Amino acid sequence: MSGNNNLLDRRKVLAQVLGERRDALVVAALGTTNYDLFAVSDAPENVYLWNAMGITVPIGLGLAIAQPGRRVLVITGDGDMLMGIGSLATIAVQAPANLGILVLDNECFEETGGQTGLTAGGVDIAGIAKAAGFADTMTLCGEAAIGALPEFVLKKRGPVLAVVKVGLATQKPVYPSMDGPLLARRFRKSVAGQ
Amino acid sequence: MQAMESDWSSRVYQLIKEQNITTVATVPDAGLTRLLDMCRADSDISLVTLSTEEEGIGIAYGAWLGGARALLCMQSSGTGNCINALALPAYHETPCLMLVTMRGQQGEGNPAQFPMGRGVTPVFQAMGVSCLEARTADEVSDYFEKACNSAFGEGRSVAVLIGQQVIGAKAFTK
Repeated sequence: MSGNNNLLDRRKVLAQVLGERRDALVVAALGTTNYDLFAVSDAPENVYLWNAMGITVPIGLGLAIAQPGRRVLVITGDGDMLMGIGSLATIAVQAPANLGILVLDNECFEETGGQTGLTAGGVDIAGIAKAAGFADTMTLCGEAAIGALPEFVLKKRGPVLAVVKVGLATQKPVYPSMDGPLLARRFRKSVAGQ
Repeated sequence: MQAMESDWSSRVYQLIKEQNITTVATVPDAGLTRLLDMCRADSDISLVTLSTEEEGIGIAYGAWLGGARALLCMQSSGTGNCINALALPAYHETPCLMLVTMRGQQGEGNPAQFPMGRGVTPVFQAMGVSCLEARTADEVSDYFEKACNSAFGEGRSVAVLIGQQVIGAKAFTK
């Protein structure tokens, strides 16, 4: 880890953001992010992922194009984001106004044992998004600026990306359903009525 | 060859409209140019240029969840980039429709294309993707319609492979 004493608790960050989600559609990357979304804000309008690391953000793009009247929030980690980092270029060019991305950056591969990740070496994900052409980006360390986060990722004209430096999970994981077809059908029925 | 190429592109475009496919994601290939140009000119279609093909698998899943239909168009080389991503529609039993222009087949002028060209069908089959390989221009649209019905009707992953004899081989001239 970075040695930063201001690392935020990931579930507290998510609770603060998702407390203001209203009708937002939320996509969460596999692993700890998936479990945290289920713990904090379970809803049929959540896309829970159990596989396909690296394409969480493109799922959000496909959804944002299909549902231009709804806010789409993608919650991911630094590892998943970097695996699909080229998708930031794809999104910047498409420029979906209804898409926000929240990267919970723990600087490691927590799900597989906490091995050091690339952001621990200084890789700046928000900087990459900004250079790609995102409408706005931010990186948060510590409580001070957290109040602005919900509005930034849920309301500001997209595409926007926020990186929040977080610590390791402090609570036990809780798991959403592992029934893939059910997860997909439930979401689609709720959102598209099909 | 040019006339044949034009015919299948127009017919596939018509099917895209009939099937209400509204997102077309692609890493382009020469043989797809005409079809992609028609999609780009259509204000009801979102043409998404990708940095890598597997993004298109995610986009197709997101589109389906949002009540829409997507198509991923790519060259055969790109199919290898999609392997792990294909676990997504397989696990969720959701549609994943792909149109693939083949390299590394008949008349290929670049031997570097042979390994992935040979790998397309085995790799797809291993990931549960049904492959329909068109060897004539007429077969492209016939198979594309079948693929749409199977993908969107049954929640399957289906790829229409357009053989190199349909498109013509890329010339390597100095």
